[in-house]
Amino acid sequence: MAEKVIAPVVSLGSVSAIPLGQGRCYVVGGESIAVFRQRDGRIFATNSRCPHGQGPLAEGLLGNGKVICPLHGHQFCLETGAGSVTTESLQVFPVEEVNGNIQMNLESVHA
Amino acid sequence: MKAMKERLIVIGNGMAGARVVEEILKRTPDRFDIVMFGAEPYGNYNRILLSNVLNGSQAATEIFMNPLSWYRENGIKLHAGVRATRIDRERRVVVGAPLRREALAYTVDAASDANAALVEEPYDRVIIATGSRPFVPPMEGFGGTGTFMFRTIDDCARIADYAKDRKRAAVIGGGLLGLEAARGLLTHGVEVTVLEAAPQLMAVQLDPEAGDILRKTIEAMGIRVLCNTITTRIASAGSNGTSRLTHLEFKDGSSLETDMVVVSAGIRPITEIATASGLTVNRGIVCDDQMRTSDPAIFSVGECVEHRGQLYGLVDPIWEQTRVLADVITDTCLDSAYLGSKLGTKLKVMGVELASMGETKPASPTDEVVIYREPARGLYKKLIVRDDKIAGAILLGDVESAGILMQMFQGNMKVPTRRADLLFGSPKGVSLLNVADLPDNAQICNCNGVSKRQIADAIQNSGCQSVSKVGACTRAGMGCGSCKSLVAQLLESYLGEVGYDPTEHYYVPGIPLEKSQLVAEIRNRGIKSVSEVFQQLADGKEDPASKVGLASLLKTLWPGEYEDERDARFINDRVHANIQKDGTFSVVPRIYGGVTTAAELMRIAEVAIKYQVPMVKFTGGQRIDLLGIKKEDLPDVWKDLDMPSGHAYTKSFRTCKSCVGTDFCRYGVGDSIALAQKIERRFQGVESPHKMKLATAGCPRNCSEAYVKDLGAVAIEGGKWEIYVGGAAGGTVRKGDLLCTVSTHDEVLHYMGRFMQYYREHGKYLERSYGFVERVGIETIRQILVDDSLGICERLDTEIQKAVDAYRDPWQEAILPAYPEQFSGPELAYALEVAENNG
Repeated sequence: MAEKVIAPVVSLGSVSAIPLGQGRCYVVGGESIAVFRQRDGRIFATNSRCPHGQGPLAEGLLGNGKVICPLHGHQFCLETGAGSVTTESLQVFPVEEVNGNIQMNLESVHA
Repeated sequence: MKAMKERLIVIGNGMAGARVVEEILKRTPDRFDIVMFGAEPYGNYNRILLSNVLNGSQAATEIFMNPLSWYRENGIKLHAGVRATRIDRERRVVVGAPLRREALAYTVDAASDANAALVEEPYDRVIIATGSRPFVPPMEGFGGTGTFMFRTIDDCARIADYAKDRKRAAVIGGGLLGLEAARGLLTHGVEVTVLEAAPQLMAVQLDPEAGDILRKTIEAMGIRVLCNTITTRIASAGSNGTSRLTHLEFKDGSSLETDMVVVSAGIRPITEIATASGLTVNRGIVCDDQMRTSDPAIFSVGECVEHRGQLYGLVDPIWEQTRVLADVITDTCLDSAYLGSKLGTKLKVMGVELASMGETKPASPTDEVVIYREPARGLYKKLIVRDDKIAGAILLGDVESAGILMQMFQGNMKVPTRRADLLFGSPKGVSLLNVADLPDNAQICNCNGVSKRQIADAIQNSGCQSVSKVGACTRAGMGCGSCKSLVAQLLESYLGEVGYDPTEHYYVPGIPLEKSQLVAEIRNRGIKSVSEVFQQLADGKEDPASKVGLASLLKTLWPGEYEDERDARFINDRVHANIQKDGTFSVVPRIYGGVTTAAELMRIAEVAIKYQVPMVKFTGGQRIDLLGIKKEDLPDVWKDLDMPSGHAYTKSFRTCKSCVGTDFCRYGVGDSIALAQKIERRFQGVESPHKMKLATAGCPRNCSEAYVKDLGAVAIEGGKWEIYVGGAAGGTVRKGDLLCTVSTHDEVLHYMGRFMQYYREHGKYLERSYGFVERVGIETIRQILVDDSLGICERLDTEIQKAVDAYRDPWQEAILPAYPEQFSGPELAYALEVAENNG
């Protein structure tokens, strides 16, 4: 009998499920991930919680490769994860759009 | 190949240990591989707030400063629940022993886990930040059932749990910590007695008279206080398994029946590891001005340190030690030195505010003692002046002048000849303090802990020439903002003037235009969406920090026509509810003029039950707040409430409170309820630069606080209404200015609308009405809005009418969401299961 294995690549579904210019929270392999869809079409993925006060980053304001946490306004670069407060940073995950679907590598989440 | 990083071991994961690591990372994020040992099995928490945990006003989870994820994200290896026992200086390794989960982390003989292997970590440098442990005065019987110490989160849990079924508790120690413990116990429904060996409470901070006033205040709260009382024995009855505490015996032969006892009689440094490792230890671990121990590779910081013969147990001196140590260990400032601190503290004991610094009594007959006492209000102020400088001060009950006194005391500054000004402020309101005279380590921003030195550095070395630049660089002034005038004074003293920073006048940071210029551009170009503003006025560069302000402005400029891009809204305005610290939302339905009905209340109650709302609270605006609602539940909650949104989450007209006016009140001279309801129905949801909170009062007694609202209407004798604007009763308190006096409800609505529109057009984003009125001046506003000096009143009236007409209850989006995912929660993503079938 064929063995079932978990593929390392996960589809998060259609990119249109994230409203333009906003973020959305996904639970991927037990980890909570925020995925952002910028107005210029770029997409990013990071941890879903702000390291400062655990704010839900997917609800933050987005633009120019940055997100602003809705609780206390701490900012993060979505390309590097660097925070406006130097001791704070996010993990960023490689994510891409394939035929209108968002795909991310599960291994990067657990790495 | 990457060079090997230096290995830094931090022993102790309390406030000092975690803070020093933060300071080091701030200076050199990549220099060290950091390993931390913490005897407690947690991340790092704010020990100062433990009394709040004990009295239940804060959950233990709320006082964590660095959760475990912080260590992970900063690449710090944390051995939580492992006690470092020895530094092997020969092999340069730190040895740690895992503790059993139930062990008291700070005791000398905390039980190690016999099955767990010892931990060894090699080091290049070590920082010892072991802190201190509670001091237990010599007595018989401590350690048995019902006896506790008060030092950790686990202690709080143990005490609270034990207190549940007990009637009486005793606290040994009438100092700061003892009183905090007593306050915490009081909330658990036990009768509390405080036992103090000295003749007075808080003998370190207070003189006998102040101690006595504090004692009376505390006794009035229902706590018994016994001074001059030394406990010699804790007595128990019953055999081992069922033993229970019965009473305490005192040195004078008397005794006290009690069910439990908490010892909180001071602290002692934890120094065993230093002793075991051959470092010089006196009362504490002896350190030099660079926080170095007798081994140059080993440093120490915090309550475990003895510096120039002095131990420190307050947070400010210790923060300073962490900064010096971080400067030294990272080589970022080699001449950084800790020279000791002059001790002063401002605190709240059981609701009583007190400040204390320096000496509590005069040392010689030439010392000048200034005392003011007002026993009926529990006020006591004492000043000891020596050579025109403050040698000590005690403030009890009113600590308003504590900040200035502390700056003068720590800076060793000359005080004004009128000593009374020091206790009550100068009658002319002139600042007693010249910021240039402050010492370099004086803390200027109390919210973010920024010192004068850091601000000076930003001005002189980082080229910051304006208040906002200093703020961006140091975070000074970014909290409550009350220190901005001090920052401006510093700029003047270092640069001769406060630089003109045009960005301070931009309406939003991302578009280089002042509000009037921006409005003109938007009108001329007919720009109706936020993304279009970025396209046309910022070369397409989207600035997230500018989106919300732009959205507010566009909605004001184009009522009904504005192209509403939801990503430009703050989360509150996307889902029409106020986000809370845990990511849930609060829901406040509109209750016009604060008048509700039984049917409405029943609907609210049913919703609260159906959605298991964790808290139902009356707001300050005479409404009801349902707190802790999940985003996904918002539409259903609104549907079930069947009430319109109260807009308690957005920058707009919020609410109009009222008193009972003429309907029932014996004094009312105007129908304030009807007016409040008309105001609220007319202006609900009208967007503005900041929130607008209103009230109407049926007479000048002002029960509804209309004088201190953004807009307020107050009925006066003769059937007239006074309209006030620019009042405030939040962080700033200001009585509104009288705009005009009118005769009818309709006229009130008319002038209020006109003021709102003028504020909407000319207020800076996030400028409250009080700032706006002060900036423009009430005389000018009155000329424009009442005398129509600019001839714009008719237009203002037309514009506000358009805004009123454009109102739509946002909670109708429960039925028709603005976009499909508006209220969706986290989406579960599954990995694709594929059959592996290729071999």
